[in-house]
Amino acid sequence: MEIKVCGPGCASCEKAQKTVEAAVAAKGLKTDVIKVTDFQEIAKLGIFTTPAVVIDGKIVCVGRVPKQSEVEKWIG
Amino acid sequence: MEPIQPSGCGCAKPVTGQAAEEKTHLTRLWISGAMILIIWYAVYRQLEPFSSFLAYSVFGIKRGSHLGDAVQFFAYDTPKVMMLLTLIVFVVGMIRSFFTQDRTRRYLAGKRETAGNVMAATLGIVTPFCSCSAVPLFIGFVQAGVPLGVTFSFLIAAPMVNEIALVLLYGLLGWKVAAIYLGSGLLIAMIAGWIIGRLKLEGWIEDWVQELRAGEAMVVEEKLNWRDRVDRGREAVLDIVGKVWIYVIAGIGVGALIHGYVPQDFMASIMGKQAWWSVPAAVLVGIPMYSNAAGIVPVVEALLGKGAALGTVLAFMMSVIALSLPEMIILRKVLKPQLIAVFVFVVGSGIIFTGYLFNLII
Repeated sequence: MEIKVCGPGCASCEKAQKTVEAAVAAKGLKTDVIKVTDFQEIAKLGIFTTPAVVIDGKIVCVGRVPKQSEVEKWIG
Repeated sequence: MEPIQPSGCGCAKPVTGQAAEEKTHLTRLWISGAMILIIWYAVYRQLEPFSSFLAYSVFGIKRGSHLGDAVQFFAYDTPKVMMLLTLIVFVVGMIRSFFTQDRTRRYLAGKRETAGNVMAATLGIVTPFCSCSAVPLFIGFVQAGVPLGVTFSFLIAAPMVNEIALVLLYGLLGWKVAAIYLGSGLLIAMIAGWIIGRLKLEGWIEDWVQELRAGEAMVVEEKLNWRDRVDRGREAVLDIVGKVWIYVIAGIGVGALIHGYVPQDFMASIMGKQAWWSVPAAVLVGIPMYSNAAGIVPVVEALLGKGAALGTVLAFMMSVIALSLPEMIILRKVLKPQLIAVFVFVVGSGIIFTGYLFNLII
């Protein structure tokens, strides 16, 4: 499974990253959470609102910090 | 708290039982909401007498003394501002669950200039926005074919007409000042965006943005019910109030010192109507200052109380929140320096004009 968190590195993006990492740990997965901070790369994914979470190429959340319970549902 | 349901879940649900349950839940939601509002209002009404009681009776500070005034100001404004802030942020958090940036972009993509400028400035108020999301938002607008001037109307209005500042101005200074702030902020955003559009500055967008073959905008549409929207409001309160309370208290602290110790009409000489240079000076001083809207309003209140002119103070406040150095540095990634300079110049002129205008008519 490939999990990406997109965001230039503002407070909300950091929070999104931590939430996703916590969810991955809670589910006992060994996947790395990839941080995408480059604007160009983010735009190429079709994301224009950050923070956003991409799982296996599918965008599951844009423009807000997800809750850990939501992320667990997406990856579980 | 219920987890938010992802969109488009096609699974069949046992409808009847759940719908009824949903309805009772909704009723309960409205009733508890109304009760909280009543309690909120009752407490709010008692804040002023309580602050006097605290400062003059409990602490025994002499009424009318510098310290007494400062302490009373602080004891009144802190809970007042925090209560207003919590209420506003909650309501705005709920409203914002209706307006996402994706929806705004799709909506503006079909608009021409002029009407587009008006719509963009208005949507700038209710669409969630933070300066760090300015760059992806800008790229998204450009890619979707939103005209540059319309994009700027949005980018100017979003931080400048701040709902927190708006309601704090209403709470602390009355509806007239709040209306003036709202009206002039929207107008500056519309006109400045329109001018930037007329200047045809598309060439001053960084080349990589124009050459970028961005992916199709991916949109996650969520179906939210009222319970989810209340949740969004609650999250907004935890997030925003949790972040800005320290600015608010610092702002009220500065306000309290000004209120208690700065002599009456002292500000009239440097920020009054007679000092013609004070409006541009206030704008210049405001650019490098970066404060949260919630922190700047108590300072504004105190300055006005000491004889500063309304236009000058509003110009200062708008400059602090709309022309922020950090945002310009972020926008530099997508805009060439010339375009940033035009942006600062046009918006700055608009703010200065507003400042003079209100000093003249009020």
